[in-house]
Amino acid sequence: MTSTVITGMGVLAPTGLGAAEHWRNTVAAHCRIGRISRFEPDGYPCRNAGQIEGFVPEEHLPSRLLPQTDHMTRLALTAADWAVKDAGLDTGDLPEYAMGVVTASSAGGFEFGQRELQALWSKGPAHVSVYQSFAWFYAVNSGQISIRHGLRGPSGVLVTEQAGGLDAIAQAKRHVTDGIPLMLGGGVDGSPCPWGWVAQLTSGRISSTEAPERAYLPFDADADGHVPGEGGALFVMESAQSARARGASVYGEIAGYAATFDPPPGSGRPPTLGRAVELALEQAKLSAAEVDVVFADGAGTPELDRRESAMLRDLFGPYGVPVTVPKSLTGRLGAGGAALDLATALLAMRHGTIPPTANVRPAPEHELDLVVRPRKTAVSTALVLARGHGGFNAAMVIRKPAGPEGKGGPC
Amino acid sequence: MLNTTSRDTDENGSENTMDELTGAELMEIMRECSGQGEEVEAGRDPLDLSFADLGYDSLALLETASRVERTYGIQLAEEDVAAARTPRALLELVRRTAAEAA
Repeated sequence: MTSTVITGMGVLAPTGLGAAEHWRNTVAAHCRIGRISRFEPDGYPCRNAGQIEGFVPEEHLPSRLLPQTDHMTRLALTAADWAVKDAGLDTGDLPEYAMGVVTASSAGGFEFGQRELQALWSKGPAHVSVYQSFAWFYAVNSGQISIRHGLRGPSGVLVTEQAGGLDAIAQAKRHVTDGIPLMLGGGVDGSPCPWGWVAQLTSGRISSTEAPERAYLPFDADADGHVPGEGGALFVMESAQSARARGASVYGEIAGYAATFDPPPGSGRPPTLGRAVELALEQAKLSAAEVDVVFADGAGTPELDRRESAMLRDLFGPYGVPVTVPKSLTGRLGAGGAALDLATALLAMRHGTIPPTANVRPAPEHELDLVVRPRKTAVSTALVLARGHGGFNAAMVIRKPAGPEGKGGPC
Repeated sequence: MLNTTSRDTDENGSENTMDELTGAELMEIMRECSGQGEEVEAGRDPLDLSFADLGYDSLALLETASRVERTYGIQLAEEDVAAARTPRALLELVRRTAAEAA
């Protein structure tokens, strides 16, 4: 079976517009969690978020796309443009069925939807934008990216909450394995509006801690929930042969992946993230000892943190593998979070540095080698974990490309 | 802007009140509803280009018609809107409908 490699990435996150800025801020542990500025958060029990600053949609997208797109779709379209460019592709030159797109979503265009619903009940149906018909829709990012780049290969959307970023990339990989020459995959998410915010609050997992740097502390004794954020990453994927044939540089290979679903609460049966890791390693033909770093899910709630650290102890031994949660800088980005983690993991391989977990003093009970300062070390194999609310688990193993086709050098 | 009562001359040279939609106003409404249209060749009147050539799809047309209906308090027949191929055809539909309603 041919291997699937990643040859382009587009990153838009609180930590940066573009992969280079994201990486710099991530290694420097510049925490981008802060008081919500996109709407007035007074009156809500939780007031911190990881927000993207300095994104001006007019600078990135044609004017005709603006009236018909939600904020998160504008981010996704921009990330898609960047990923395609980074891969050295001109989508205008490709046969129309040569490429497809699979994105992850959690809510859809909530900010757009809130505005139009307000227009509906305050002014009447004639005041609702015709673009509401699709701008709110959870599949809209795949649709808009497909239209913009003329991608008519197999496309779709996956909704598995925070696990979605990995699940969408894995689905795109399946299409590459089935012979589709090129795929875009990943997730960009975020609904910075009151409607989106109250929807998030219903999970009961959002931290109400006022100090931004104390609000999301995975594996810390003071962990009391997480902070939502916006952004994510999209990737260009293709077969290793295709990348070689067109001389594309490679970030890494998707060596293994598995998804599992937890038994219902109260069943007495254990959660299944560990099973996903075992299956992903099996697919990659790797042992746990060969994993150089784990990008943990890092839920930030004590019980979920305990489950994850227990699983890591079982599979890797106490303090058995370096573990990091760079999303401690950005918050959890919904369907974009695990995709951003994958981007960070690929950059960690490229730069030979494990980026740190910010603000956290690891609680001894977890027995984790939690990386809290950047660690220079060769990273050839990384494991990325993600859990979505409602029982979704995903694990992805990536491997550094062998030989000279690897993307860039240390910089 | 649309409620002023000054007199104006439209592209065809005929006099009309500003209460009546002008071509320039229609193009501005389209821009606000659906973004800037495609560049138009020098010497060509965008009012006579097809919506497709201007880069406006059927949803842009619907959104524009809806805004015009609200602003002028008129009701455009859906099939007539769908049949309009150019901004000028839409402009004429609006004027005809407004005159009939008056």
